[in-house]
Formats: sequence, C-alpha cells, structure tokens
Amino acid sequence: MKYFMLIWAGLWRKKTRTVLTMLSIVVAFLLFGLLQGINQGIKAGLGDTGNNRLWTTARMSAVSSMPAALMVRMQTVKGVRTIAHLSFFGGYFQDAKNALPAFATNVDKLAVVYPELNITPAQIAAMQTTRPGALIGRPLAKKYGWKIGDKIPVGTTIWTNNDGSNNWAFDIVGIFDPTPQFERSPLGSAFWINYAYWDEARKFDNHRVHQFIVQVDNPAQAAVISSAIDKMSENSPDETRTQTENAALQSQLKQLADINFIANSIVGAVMFTLLFLTANTMMQSVRERIPELAVLKTLGFSGGTVSTLVLVESLMLCLFAAAVGLVLSAGAMKAVGSVLGPTRLPGIVIAAGLVIAVALAIISGLPPAFRAQRLNIVDALAGR
Amino acid sequence: MSALTQIAAVSAMNIRSLPQRIGTSSVVVIGIAGVVAVLISVLAMSTGLIRTLQKTGPDSRAIVVRTGSSAELVSVLMNDAALAIADSAGIKKGSDGRPLASPETLLIMNISKKDGADASAPFRGLTQDGFAVHPEIKITSGRVFQAGVTEMIVGKSAQRLYKGLDVGSQIKLRSATWTVVGTFESGGSGRESELIADKQTLNSAYQRGNGGQSVWVVLDPQGGLQTFKDAITTNPQLQVDVSTEKDFGTRQSAQISKILEIVAYVVGGIMAIGAIFGALNTMYSAVSTRSREIATLRAIGFGPVPVVVSVFVEALLLALIGGSVGALIAWLLFNGHSVDTLVGGFGGQLIFDLAVTPWLVALGIIWACVIGVIGGLFPAIRAARLPVATALRAV
Repeated sequence: MKYFMLIWAGLWRKKTRTVLTMLSIVVAFLLFGLLQGINQGIKAGLGDTGNNRLWTTARMSAVSSMPAALMVRMQTVKGVRTIAHLSFFGGYFQDAKNALPAFATNVDKLAVVYPELNITPAQIAAMQTTRPGALIGRPLAKKYGWKIGDKIPVGTTIWTNNDGSNNWAFDIVGIFDPTPQFERSPLGSAFWINYAYWDEARKFDNHRVHQFIVQVDNPAQAAVISSAIDKMSENSPDETRTQTENAALQSQLKQLADINFIANSIVGAVMFTLLFLTANTMMQSVRERIPELAVLKTLGFSGGTVSTLVLVESLMLCLFAAAVGLVLSAGAMKAVGSVLGPTRLPGIVIAAGLVIAVALAIISGLPPAFRAQRLNIVDALAGR
Repeated sequence: MSALTQIAAVSAMNIRSLPQRIGTSSVVVIGIAGVVAVLISVLAMSTGLIRTLQKTGPDSRAIVVRTGSSAELVSVLMNDAALAIADSAGIKKGSDGRPLASPETLLIMNISKKDGADASAPFRGLTQDGFAVHPEIKITSGRVFQAGVTEMIVGKSAQRLYKGLDVGSQIKLRSATWTVVGTFESGGSGRESELIADKQTLNSAYQRGNGGQSVWVVLDPQGGLQTFKDAITTNPQLQVDVSTEKDFGTRQSAQISKILEIVAYVVGGIMAIGAIFGALNTMYSAVSTRSREIATLRAIGFGPVPVVVSVFVEALLLALIGGSVGALIAWLLFNGHSVDTLVGGFGGQLIFDLAVTPWLVALGIIWACVIGVIGGLFPAIRAARLPVATALRAV
C-alpha cells in the first residue's frame, strides 16, 4: 500500500494513453456485460418457476389442436393436481398490424396453475357472469389505455363465428397485475377470453384446444406423469407430447436462434481485440519507462518489487475500467431490457467479468513485469 | 517544393517507417478487423434471410391469403374460396388452357434435427397444378410423390438439417407414416426448407377436410397484379388479400431482419467506439515516437499540412488493412454458412445461407475508414501543433 502513490503516478504518466486504454476496456466490458447479461437473463428467465407445470401439446406441432375431452382422462393420472388449457385465438385490434395475444382458457383453473398472474377470485367470478368477457394483463391495458367495462372489437383471420363473420367483441371485466417476471411473458400480457363462450360461438374446430398446462404435485414425478399422459393418446390421430414448462421454453428458444453461440463469438472477438490492445499499451508504457525503473532499482528496489509495481498498475487499470464497463452495462440493461425481458445484470456475469479483468491484467502485465525484473541497471541507464 | 510533393514525401517516409512500429500499428488493424468482422457477419445473416424469402420464381407470381393474415400459416381458405380465386380474371392460362392457380395446405410438423434438437418443419400440400405454378421446384433425385399414397418430397436444405429424410426412408409424423421419394431444389428459395406432399393426401392424413391456407397464382402479364386484385376484391364471396410473392416475402422477413440489423449496428457501433479509442491511442503514440522527426521536418521548411496529411494517410492505410482483414475473416468463416431459425411469418424453421455480399464488404470498409479518420484526426492536429523548438530539444 505504501507504494500506492508511486503506482498512481506511473499510471497517469501519460494521461491521454491511460484514459484511452481505459475507455477501450470500458467499452469492451460494456459489451461483455450487455451480451452475456441478456444471454444469461433469458436462460434465468426460464428459471425455476415452471418445474411443477407440464405443457401438453399436439405431437404434430404446438399450433395444432387436440380434443378438449382429453382433459378428463388426463385428470385421472396420479400426481396431476390441476389442468388448465388454452387455445390460440390470435386476432388483432383494429388493424392486422396490431396483433393481439388473445387466448381462450378456463380461467378458474388458469388462476390456480399460474398463481404468478395474480388473477383474483373476483375476476374469475366476473368472467363467469360475463360470458363474452376478457381478462387482460396490466401491460396490455396500459398499451391501449383500456379500462374495465370497455368493449373491444377483435378481428381474426382464422376464427369465423356462427354469424359467419370474423369480427368478435369482448368486454373487459378485469385487469390483473402479474409478477414482474411474468409481466413481459406472453401469458402476462395476454388477452384472456372464456373458452366455453368462444367454443360455442366459433364455426369449426369445436371442442378442441391447443395446449394443456398440467400442474403436478411433485416436480420430481414430471417424467413419469408426462409419459403416462402421452401414452393415453398413443396411435390415435391426436397424439400428444408433454414436457416440463422449462424444457418446452428452452427448446422454443433454441429454435429461434443459437443466441448463446452468437453472444459468445462476439464476446470472443471483442476480448481478443481488447487483450491485444491492452497488452500492447502496457508493454509500450513500460518500455518508455525503462530508465525510470532502472533508477528505482538503483535506489534499492528489488527486481521483485519493481515487477510487482508494474503488475499492480496493470491490475488497477483493468479492474477499474472493467468495473465501470459493467456498471454501464447494468444501466444499459435497464434501458433496453424492457424490450428484451431481463432487466438485471446477473451476478454470475459480474463475477465472470471481474475474473476476465484480472486475467487480462495478468496476461498483459506479466511480460513487462518480467522485463522490469530482469532489467540490467547499467544498460538501462545508458539507454542501451 | 509544392504542397503536393511535400505531402507525398512526408507520407511516403511515414509509411516506410511503419514496420518499425508494427506492434502498436497492429492494434489499429486488429481492432478494426474485429469491428468489421462482427458487423459483416451479423448483417450477412440478415441479408441471407431476406434473400431466401424474397427469392421469386416467375416474375409475376402472387399469393392469396385470408384478409388480415400476416402469414400463410394463420390463413384459412376453404375449397369453395380456392375455386373462386382460380376462376378470377387476371390469371395466366397454362398450356392446357386451365388457369395457373395452386391451392396449398401448409402445416407445421415437429421433427428432429440431425443433432437431436426439436424443430418445426413446414409441410406443404400441393395439387398436380402446383408444379406448373412453381416451375422452379426441380427434382434432383428420386421422383415426385403420387396422389393418394403417403409419399413426400423434401427440400435440399430440409434434408440436410433433419434426421431420417434420405430418399427411400420412412418417417412417422404424428399418426401418418410418410415415405421420402425424392429431393428437390428451388433455386435457393424458402421452399427448400419444406417437405411437400399431395394436398388431398396431406389433408386427409391430418383431418384437414378440403381446406387449405393459400392459393398461389401466376398473373397474366397483360393485366398484371391490378386486374387480378380488382377481380378478387370485388367478388363478395371472397375475403382475401393478395400480394406479389416478393412483397409477401419482404413482410415475412421484415421483423427478424430488423432485429438482426439492430444487433449488428448496436454491437458493431459499440465495438467501433472501442476501436476508435484504440486507433487514437496508436496514432498518438505514433506521433509521439516521431515527434523529433516531425519537428525536424517543420524546422527545414515543411508546412503543417503535409504533416497532418501524413498522419491521416497512415491511419487510413491501417484502417483499410484492418477492414479488409475483417471482411476476409467474415467471408471465409461465414459466406455460404447454413443456419436455421424460426421465422414467425414463414411458419416454421427457415434454413438459409449467410450471404457476404459486395455491398456488405463495402459497408465494412466504409466503417473502417470512418474509424481510421476519427482515430487519426486528433493525433494529426497534435502533430501539426507540435512546438518545433521544444520537440527538438526533447531527447
């Protein structure tokens, strides 16, 4: 610690260079935090919530329908607690460009299976009394400025109703406030309508649903229950496929793009560039100071101390800049995260960032430190 | 000496001394190469995607879907609607005098990729007229499916990506077992990601009745899109939208290519800022190592302009090398590299090749030059302002 001022002075010997080096490290760690943060955040968002929920969809594909009657038989499987179902209504508000995430469901069960949606008993009762009712998440209500009591016209390209028209209308009977994690999920921002009403009113595909959400007593039994459910429809025209919610979400994400690969390759490219840059600057800085280091050695500093000084200087530079970069990326996550989902920089990313910063400091500081230790005083003072 | 010869002389001297500063100079080269490589790679993804979705067969092909359908998959067209569309004016007649219209069914199938991951493959049903409307579909091995039997042909990209689609093999997709009887190419369009079978067979295998999702037509070159559009929009029986294949493809790719572009420009932009700092650092140190030399030049009568220009020339040269290296890396690694992603509007997994086009390379080089110019600007000003006497005294 007593050499702090010495290291400090060494660091600021060339202000422009130090500031510029620092800024490029800051930028690199900003990118690192942002990319890895979003990457990890999406993974963590899938997290540990959905383990006691199984998703059953048609084996053909998640957008095909299955008989609603399957639910009665699924309920008999041991370990199954509650089953909710949902059907994709799609639809749009006013213009086909304003897609509306509307789903038909059995609301009473949905509220049990997804407590995260915070649907109240009063809202369930309201849905049961108003058949063409709709429950909407707070985010959706905010987006269009809808209030309870509003009648919302909904257009659709798929579902013709019994009047032969494609125009539907629903009354908003409740606005629920999902947990922050669910606020941005498709379920939390959905437009929920009564399945019973909708199924009677539509012209085709009646008595069929797109997805069952099965709440189980014990997540450990998920695999057994899944295969029991899928066995029931085996070799029928409506084979099902049951996975835990996490597995289903993960495979959906994987189909989208290999985000992991993209984030890692970019970070790899950034880190390589950065390492090169910092190592270069550190070596150059030491090279220029060789006569000064020789003076230090003449004054009695040991080779080890001089090389430690050089190494600590590099550590200070890298750690400080990395910390600033990570703080900035945490701020940036808050700003852009609202679009992408996760908003907090996960601890693991911060830890990984700091480890990388230390590694960077050591790799770029070691060669000059080594050189400082081996310095021949006479040659160095003579400028040879 | 004229100003130009001065500039040439100083710049040449400067560049000749570059090898002595190879370490610091390579910072600019590598930094810029990284930026350009990332920028070009991500944009190549978006370009490849757009290219695949917009690839059109005959110039004048149009697709008809139910009003308001943003994608083929969410459209529903019953048989009577399909027949009414085929009867409308403005459709080109085939050699047999019948209109070139192809009602099609599109389903999504869960299928395993070769690496075991799940994917959603588009499964299309075509009638016998389908091949006349899509003449670009060419069988490359095996034969066409027969109506009434569960046979299918698979696109070249689909065959590469999914498990068990070799010609002759059988694959169970939900309750039906299909025999792969052929492979096809379609000039790199989205069709190559699909499985294709006879429409009626597909419909009955999956209880689809006689409906479908869309009708593809070849427009009569005389009336063009407008005649056909007028004919079907004035028909009270029909509630449909029509667009040319190209417009439809553009709309499908719009969202995802926009996301990719944002990623490319945001990440590339942040990296570029980092590279600018690196370039500034390098150029400042280049100026400071050469300060005695610059001062000497100034003392013997060289003006400040040649000095400034020489620093610029050096920065630009390094940037150009870096940009070219980055573009080369992106091209070597990714051009023609096949990726697949779930495209909302397309309906299923779309397989496409990354495309590093000359325009992208040019864009990369432009970015490199901008970074080089900004990185060279301030050091060049410092070089020009160097107090001659002080610089000469400094040892």
